[in-house]
Amino acid sequence: MAADPHSLVAPYALHALDDEEAHAFEEHLAACERCREELAGLREAAAGMAYGAEGPAPPPELKERILAQARSERPNVASLPARRRSWTAPLAAAAAIAAAVAIAVGAWAATRPGENAFAHVLSQPGARVVSMGGRGALAVAPDGEAAIALNVPRAPHGRTYEAWVIRNGTAQRAGLFGGRDGTSVLKIERAAPTGSVVAVTLERAGGVDRPTQKPLAETEAIS
Amino acid sequence: MTALLTATPPPATSRDLAHLSDEALLSLVASSDDQALAELYDRFAGVAYGLALRILRDEALAQDAVQEAFLAVWRSADRFLAERAKASTWILTLVHRRAVDLVRREDRRRGEPLERAAEPVAPSTTEDEATIGYERRVVQEALRQLTPEQREALELGYYGGLTQSELAERLGQPLGTIKSRMFTGLSRLRDLLAEAGLEGSYP
Repeated sequence: MAADPHSLVAPYALHALDDEEAHAFEEHLAACERCREELAGLREAAAGMAYGAEGPAPPPELKERILAQARSERPNVASLPARRRSWTAPLAAAAAIAAAVAIAVGAWAATRPGENAFAHVLSQPGARVVSMGGRGALAVAPDGEAAIALNVPRAPHGRTYEAWVIRNGTAQRAGLFGGRDGTSVLKIERAAPTGSVVAVTLERAGGVDRPTQKPLAETEAIS
Repeated sequence: MTALLTATPPPATSRDLAHLSDEALLSLVASSDDQALAELYDRFAGVAYGLALRILRDEALAQDAVQEAFLAVWRSADRFLAERAKASTWILTLVHRRAVDLVRREDRRRGEPLERAAEPVAPSTTEDEATIGYERRVVQEALRQLTPEQREALELGYYGGLTQSELAERLGQPLGTIKSRMFTGLSRLRDLLAEAGLEGSYP
């Protein structure tokens, strides 16, 4: 029976479609922004229902079983402690950075796989997150490769955001971006070495060679 | 330098991760950080197991569902990064999906009475019990504010694992009515949970 595909969004959110129906709806979903938006909200409500179920705690051995299986699937886990140290030490020290990470991760949610410069930088051993104030963060790898995730609105007409790497009092251009709803991610076009500062200003469209405005976000000197 | 590195850092424990958001933890899981997975497990296993047990009514199967869901989190956390959702929604959706798949495979739903008798429940001992208790009350209260027809459609679908067609047959209602009850019920629930401050927008 042919049904209006829009009407399947709630049953889909509840996993109340059979395989064939779910498949057909997913094809519709790929082409229907309205249903995708609706699904996001309804899925959140459905997931909320999970909290309505009461039950005993899971047996303690379940956790170890899951973790053992997970570790056995990823041989690279053994190399993680070194990386984890570089993550957790600064993170534990500064709640502000945890907030910045949350913003940055929000940016990941808004990017498509493969475009994720921020995630790419963070995936490198020894990479760190440096706060840019309340609006975002810089991810920087030991070799200076860096990306910013910044929560700024779309730039006004005729204007652009411009990133800078500032070193010894000299600002060098490091890329342009337009801003968007939510968080923007920008791969920094030059290395951000130790001692430098990464900043973002709002400039005229096309960018400028020297910042003309006060930074709307900047890091501390990268240590 | 070497001496410093080997001598000073305390062993990383899951407590180090306690202040990170669920989303930040998932990003660590995407880079194979098993401690981040352990922290997410601590946060969600209680809810996940309660849900799976309600759907499957069998401890071994419920454990299987939770295990498969967390391993799916481990294997595909990088895919979450492209989702416009909260981490909790993504994780609990995976748990629900696994539990529903299992209950359909096992066909454990046949012959179950419509109204589930209240089952005695052992006290939960998860760390986040206080939080879960609050959220549970909010969700249960929100469900009570739906019409009985809406609540029935949502509960039999979500907790019962029934498809919309099975529900229509079981309740003797046209399919369109079931879909409409699910939609209006879930929309209302979304609004009620938002009013209660339980459901934020994704970060």
